[in-house]
Amino acid sequence: MSSRLTSASPALLRDDLQAKIHLMQGKRGSERSLPVLPSLSRLLPGGLRPGAAYSVQGSMSLAMALLAGPSRNGSWCGVAGLPDFGIEAAAGFGIALDRLVLVPDPGASWTPVIAAMADVLSVVLACAPERVAPAEAARLGARLRERSSVLIVLGPWPQSEAVLQVNGYEWAGLGQGHGHFAKQELELEVALRGSSRRASVDLADSGPVDLSSHRIGA
Amino acid sequence: MMLVRVETPVRALVTWFPDWPLVAARLADALPPDVPAAVIGQGVIAACSAEARAEGVVRGLRLREAQTRCTGLVVCAVDPVRDAREFEPVLLSLEERTPGVEVLRPGLCAIRARGAARYYGSEEAAAGAVLESADRLGVEARVGIADSVFAAEQAARSTSELSPLLVLQPGSSRDFLSPFPVEVLGQPKLASLLKRLGILTLGSFANLPVADVRARFGAAGITAHALASGQDPRRVIPRTPPRKLDQRAEFEPGLDRVDQLAFQLRATADTFVAGLQTEGLVCTELKVLITDEAGSRSDRTWGHPRHFTASDVVDRVRWQLQSQPPAQANGKAINREMANSGMNDGGTTGAGLSSPVAGVEFVPVRVDSIAHHGRALFGDGAEEQIHHGLSRIQSMLGHEAVVVPAISGGRLLAERRRLVPWGDALPTGTAALASRPWPGRIPDPQPATVFASLIPVLLLDANKEKVRTDHRGGLLAPPMWFCPSGDPARRRLVAQWAGPWPLRQRWWDADHRLEADRFQLVDGNGEGWLLLLDEQNWWAEARYD
Repeated sequence: MSSRLTSASPALLRDDLQAKIHLMQGKRGSERSLPVLPSLSRLLPGGLRPGAAYSVQGSMSLAMALLAGPSRNGSWCGVAGLPDFGIEAAAGFGIALDRLVLVPDPGASWTPVIAAMADVLSVVLACAPERVAPAEAARLGARLRERSSVLIVLGPWPQSEAVLQVNGYEWAGLGQGHGHFAKQELELEVALRGSSRRASVDLADSGPVDLSSHRIGA
Repeated sequence: MMLVRVETPVRALVTWFPDWPLVAARLADALPPDVPAAVIGQGVIAACSAEARAEGVVRGLRLREAQTRCTGLVVCAVDPVRDAREFEPVLLSLEERTPGVEVLRPGLCAIRARGAARYYGSEEAAAGAVLESADRLGVEARVGIADSVFAAEQAARSTSELSPLLVLQPGSSRDFLSPFPVEVLGQPKLASLLKRLGILTLGSFANLPVADVRARFGAAGITAHALASGQDPRRVIPRTPPRKLDQRAEFEPGLDRVDQLAFQLRATADTFVAGLQTEGLVCTELKVLITDEAGSRSDRTWGHPRHFTASDVVDRVRWQLQSQPPAQANGKAINREMANSGMNDGGTTGAGLSSPVAGVEFVPVRVDSIAHHGRALFGDGAEEQIHHGLSRIQSMLGHEAVVVPAISGGRLLAERRRLVPWGDALPTGTAALASRPWPGRIPDPQPATVFASLIPVLLLDANKEKVRTDHRGGLLAPPMWFCPSGDPARRRLVAQWAGPWPLRQRWWDADHRLEADRFQLVDGNGEGWLLLLDEQNWWAEARYD
């Protein structure tokens, strides 16, 4: 980072200036993004960007998998408005339960509770509110950017960085009267920064694994 | 053991509260007044009321025998903590009249008589003051004054209800004690030996030469000999009144709004925390006792991951009041308060009090040295911040609204999910319970959505009949149609399925009995479900999504 030494090379000088501009514009670029599980890194190449909101539609497992990356890396996570959140599945994805906080029923005060959680927790997974005014969403977005935390909304969200829409599930292991669920594959459509593409993800990949061998970004 | 002999005997005043365990049980509402009642310890009567005594119940009688003699006998178990707790106010009122009280045991205490006698003019007047203070509290007391604590106790015990005071003149204690049997010494082994030696009374024991008693009975014998001679080697050692750490606030008239209450309590909470701090302590577990004007009490113990500050204490009172069942009369006032302070406009925690609050008491249940809770030089960093943030949400939504999850034991998935409010400790043994084998557990991966309460669904066979199992757990017909909303008209085709996987537990226990079969299934829309069939109905336990 020592600019004086590297200022000789024009390319490095340009990078340095760009970083400074980013710093002045906000915290973009200067902050390290939060890691995601290897199975999802194809969908979100840069990881989860601090200060952004993501929208996951149609799959709790996918939301858990998104939460698992930062949680495995030592971040505190919060879950709001999802009383049906399966703890054992979360632990299976590698979410650290001792760094997980649930607010099962935020009641009518959805936005203040999410904002208060985002103030102190790195990643917040929340149910979609029944109705949210664009101004309110923008205010929450500003708060997220200020605190550099990530919001994952299970449902539609007006100003999301990426939308992960699950269109179908593929199951393996179950037959007609025998077997059991062993593998889950999601077919989804990812809309990331204006471009949209289809992909399929095998979540069993990131299932119960040895955490030490799967440390991301460490 | 050296025997301390005093030339001029120290006069002792002993106050005895007859049948104290019973009186304490009645004061604590464990026993009803005015009926034959008794306190039971180890299967025998430890104390009984006058009504029971009139029917032939005596101390030391077996419970069954006592119930035969007095069929209407109401009993409760002996509780030393209750005895001591109920004795405390009596002791405080006694200390107001005559300081320097030594508690021999709950229900029996000794005072050095000299100071009190000089203050009140005579020993009789001092005893009268003691009796009056007990009378004010409505408990019966007897007083004996003698040259030694032992003699004074025996004097107090030999009084009657009509003349509750006995003063033995200086030097007459030995004569007074001489007709008492040797059992009153309270040493059953020695008493039995003395009786076998033909020494039946304290007088004849006291007449033995000291050197012979020492040679034959040793140190314990020499103490007993001194007691019998009216020379108790024990001194009256006055207790130091305990430091008062708990705080109480009374409201007259009672307050019915939480904001008023919180405002009024702020000063009390400050005093409470400051009082602990001057002792070098912090409170990590707090008991809040709330009494309302109708006389009902609400007490609850609150834990804290760090230690209580004054605003934490006030918060706990608020949460305790809000967790009570709502009342129509006050609900509105409290909702308004919530809205005023900008905390919650949804009214999800707008519970009310059943009656205005008359008093609040803070009792420190667990304290810790303040040195263990010092702040680090640069603060405690992220965790501190998280705690503050989450506490703020708790003050918005209530204590139970912010929870930390843990995996617990159980067969149903919802049972295995344990949620503990932020700041409370996980119940002990949760991890041990979770690590047990739990046969019938679903193989991984676990479902991501576990319904907090089961959802009624329908699983139909090809004839659109409910799918059932026979009495041996086999399936009668394979499933064909699945209705996630429980409405047969909106059905989906079953694509793949597996089951039944039987779940049977505790058939002998009506509360925890479980007899069900599990099924996994994928419906026509590609959704994965975990279903449960009890004796009659189909339920969705979880969804794989």
